[in-house]
Amino acid sequence: MNAFIQSFCRNKGGIIGLIVLGLVTLMAITAGWIFPDSPWDIVNGPFMPPLSDGALLGTDTLGRDIATGIAYGSRVTLLLAAVSTVVSILVGITVGALAGFYGGRVDQAIVGFIELFQTIPSFFLAVVLVAILTPNMATVIFAIAVVSWPPLARLVRAEFMSLKNREFVQAAMLAGQSNIRIILTQILPNSLSPVIVSGSLMIASAILLESALSFLGLGDPNAITWGYIIGMSRSVLRDAWWMSVFPGVAILVTVLSLNLIGEALNDALNPKLARRRATQ
Amino acid sequence: MKAVSKFLANRVVKSALVLLMIALFNFFLVRAAPGDPAEILAGQSGAVDAEFIEKLRQEFGLDKPIPVQLGHYLKNVATFDLGYSYRQQASVSSLILQHLPATLLLTLSAFAFALLAGISLGTQAALRVGKWGDTVITTLSMLAYATPLFWVGLMLVLLFSVNLEWLPAFGYESVGADLTGMARMADVAKHLLLPALTLGMFYMAVYARLTRASILEISQLDFVKTARAKGLSERTVIVRHVLRNALLPVITYAGIQAGGLIGGSLLVETVFAWPGIGRLAFDALVQRDYSVLLGVFFVASLIVVVVNIVTDILYTVADPRIELK
Amino acid sequence: MSADQNSVLLDIRDLSVTAAHGGPTVVQGVSYTVNRNEIMCVVGESGSGKSVTAHAIMGLLPDDQLSITQGKILYGGRDLVGLSATDWYGLRGKSFGMVFQEPMTALNPIMRVGRQVDEVLERHTTLSASARKQRVLELFEQVLLPDPAAMIDAFPFQLSGGQRQRVVIAMALALEPDVLIADEPTTALDVTTQAQILGLIKDIQRRMGIGVIFITHDFGVVADIADRIVVMRKGAVVEAGAAQDILNRPQHPYTRQLIAAVPHKPEGKEEAGAAPALMVVDKLCKTFATGGRRVDALRDISLEIRQGETLGLVGESGSGKSTLGRTLIGLISPDSGSVRMEGQELVGMKPRDFRPYRRQIQMVFQDPYASLNPRHRVIEAVAQGPIAFGISRKTALRDARELLELVGLGGDAGDRYPHQFSGGQRQRVGIARALALKPRLLVADEAVSALDVSIQAQVLDLLKTVSGQFDLSVLFITHDLRVAAQICDRIAVMRQGQLVELERAATIFYHPQHEYTRRLIESVPGKAWNKPDLEALSDPSRSKQYA
Repeated sequence: MNAFIQSFCRNKGGIIGLIVLGLVTLMAITAGWIFPDSPWDIVNGPFMPPLSDGALLGTDTLGRDIATGIAYGSRVTLLLAAVSTVVSILVGITVGALAGFYGGRVDQAIVGFIELFQTIPSFFLAVVLVAILTPNMATVIFAIAVVSWPPLARLVRAEFMSLKNREFVQAAMLAGQSNIRIILTQILPNSLSPVIVSGSLMIASAILLESALSFLGLGDPNAITWGYIIGMSRSVLRDAWWMSVFPGVAILVTVLSLNLIGEALNDALNPKLARRRATQ
Repeated sequence: MKAVSKFLANRVVKSALVLLMIALFNFFLVRAAPGDPAEILAGQSGAVDAEFIEKLRQEFGLDKPIPVQLGHYLKNVATFDLGYSYRQQASVSSLILQHLPATLLLTLSAFAFALLAGISLGTQAALRVGKWGDTVITTLSMLAYATPLFWVGLMLVLLFSVNLEWLPAFGYESVGADLTGMARMADVAKHLLLPALTLGMFYMAVYARLTRASILEISQLDFVKTARAKGLSERTVIVRHVLRNALLPVITYAGIQAGGLIGGSLLVETVFAWPGIGRLAFDALVQRDYSVLLGVFFVASLIVVVVNIVTDILYTVADPRIELK
Repeated sequence: MSADQNSVLLDIRDLSVTAAHGGPTVVQGVSYTVNRNEIMCVVGESGSGKSVTAHAIMGLLPDDQLSITQGKILYGGRDLVGLSATDWYGLRGKSFGMVFQEPMTALNPIMRVGRQVDEVLERHTTLSASARKQRVLELFEQVLLPDPAAMIDAFPFQLSGGQRQRVVIAMALALEPDVLIADEPTTALDVTTQAQILGLIKDIQRRMGIGVIFITHDFGVVADIADRIVVMRKGAVVEAGAAQDILNRPQHPYTRQLIAAVPHKPEGKEEAGAAPALMVVDKLCKTFATGGRRVDALRDISLEIRQGETLGLVGESGSGKSTLGRTLIGLISPDSGSVRMEGQELVGMKPRDFRPYRRQIQMVFQDPYASLNPRHRVIEAVAQGPIAFGISRKTALRDARELLELVGLGGDAGDRYPHQFSGGQRQRVGIARALALKPRLLVADEAVSALDVSIQAQVLDLLKTVSGQFDLSVLFITHDLRVAAQICDRIAVMRQGQLVELERAATIFYHPQHEYTRRLIESVPGKAWNKPDLEALSDPSRSKQYA
């Protein structure tokens, strides 16, 4: 455990990522205190540029404060991304473990199923799902989860397939351990490293996916998210550049920090690969 | 040759199954959604009257049992009848065919850009691993990878069209200009530049990182040592031995990304008002014209299926170890 | 040129190599010379630095991981240390040739083998394409590759390990270099293939008068081909001299220890009365069908394992010995045939009925690094069997600690994790784990193949002790006849799924009946060498420190 923390801390990108993510999360939690007004409230005149009186980042077409919108938007975005990722991971691990361990026809069926999902353009699928099932938080989470679990299942399946033939697993079989016990205590703990790395990157993709859906108007109509603000800014791009720039920067910074954390996790958990990847 | 035709036959069957699944999915999704399927198919734009909906119900046989409806629907799909758009007063198939060329132009340009730029940048980064050039390229890749597609488009428009006024912000070609031949091509190219760049940027980052990682990994393998032991110059070793092997996984991955490119075109075409099937889908989305939306979805999947088959064939050509199965 | 045929080609003086970022010194002050027209063997165990030194000679050290910090390598009046890249391009392939250990990964997988050899010629000569092709054909004939004309267009994956190694040798010798560096070139090959490749190298060396640096850990190979020997240990040269001197009159205690540990021919064991059979195998068959290809792994295997005996199962790759071991232990189910243990038929038993028999047959695996769960404490690994069979956790852990003590890992060793142990120690844990269920039959599947020679001897000793103490039968699977001869009472020889011969160990060695067994015996390296009887050397069982 200590070796892992040490290794992670050696990665500058990872540290930066953690700090930035921490700040964003902090903003999400304290939004209510720092910005007491609701983001839907009209607080000022419309189209006010940044650094005007009472509107740090400007206001939108109706006079709503952009800074407030970004702060509250972080809550929705982080929540949706986290929940959908957790669901994806649970589904992915279960499906991948069963396919990898039992092999044979179970595996063939599952692989066919996964391949089906990977043939369909995933963003399109998400759009179609949310559109037809009517947009709200639940359908967005559902759509993102549906689209995100196949790659993870593939990963877990590969790990299980390789570990299953490892000698310590065979030794456990010879010792008389039951299959469930072997899956849970022998194989699963040893296959978690790539899952953890993936988890970080999956949250990042979920954020990108969610904001793209909101941009197209497919987000929950009661929630202001970063994508939503950018979507609204399209028609007034010329006149209110701050409406599109700042929320976008928020997305960029959050996703980047998650990617950096993912990379640092990967380097810390796979030291052999990391040494080969770069010398710094 | 026999192996190739056997392989193709195999894949066609598999692909047909995939498309069947998608068609079934479309069918059941409409019926699983809240609300009246007839209204959904008519386009809930509110402008459709009750008579139309009744006519629709009868035409689609929505009052008949499900298996009958399913058979009817599948038969239509097989003959490429994807429904009718009451909003646009045209068959879905014709609408799609009309808009398809623009999307193909956009995605192919974006793909070519992403692949060429990505591979060169990735190679350059790998050659300078650990040094300044590598850090710059890797950082830029990370930024491009973390940036939302639709936002990049808007920012590029903001910079190049609104502020600098170098490039047009919208559309396929200048309206009313009536150009022909080379002048027309140049005009289209000017309009194509920003959208292609936007769509390609994310994938350029993906390919750059993949190429870099692949080259570094391959460079560690024994046969590279053997090549060096022969007295070949470092340059020859990299180009002739490392690169050819390192690009194999990139080819595979590029094929897998086809779905992502098509999905991305939905966003890019919306931002740039590019008249492709992505834009068509977005308008259908806004107008609640779900027949069109589902039709585009089906065609997009069809394109991905075809691309996958092509990629598989290309890969077996590139890697002599793989036999067509 | 002077009339002296054995002039010095390469002179390594006081070479030191250190790992990057302030890492350990991997090679410390190494000095030796290589003469023209001789084979110089560099012998050592893992971590001795023999391979690193060889890479340094060719300038092939990965410079982000290792660098030369001191010393000179003199060749043709030049110091190779710090040579420019362009100068190296001219030397490599032309004056120096190198053959590496792993034939399966030594060649570019997507380039035809003919072209890969052609590259050397293209780089260093001005021959035309057709002249080069001629030369490649000649080379392929010299290295005894079958059907050279067709071989030119083949891809590496179409060739066997031995064939690939011949291609690499052809590449290294294409321009008749002064020096050939062979880094464990036959270690990954079957024993019969190894004999052929060794013969090839010896033959070519004599014909071309090359100076060969042959790196190996196998003293049998050294005895067969060396003119001079350098012994290395932990990055330093320990002893050097003429082959006959080192082999028969080793001076340095480490060399003596190494030679004592070398597995060699069996002593004649007394003919014990045949004990009753523990396990009877009758006409066992197993065929694998993977991706359209059928492999007959076991073809009508019939034998019996007697109580208290150590039965060796020897064969090359593809012989089916590992499949047989795994079938007897229940990891693979056979297609047909019978396996009876104490009268009870085990084949076709339902899993629940088989469970009590599971304890009776246990296995020790080959790879010390993959046979223990990296996340479990070592004592957990040993206790997991008894716990799964219903023993209380407290009792199981107590027994586990005793077992670990027995195999030489006493104290708090049980509380540590696998990565804190060496390969030999992990194998001991593996043996303790196998013993925990008090089995009657122990299957050792290449249990010592991945260990250094001196550690090998210790673990073999442990197996011998343990099997005697618990009256265990042991099925000892190995590809190395010499190792089998150390502890086996009888030896069974397998080839391509069939049982070829089954006799007492001494009989197999001195009076082999079957033609294949004879070929195997003949291929064993170092047959002509009689290991010296070194009385005053360190007896492995006396040593307190188990590696």
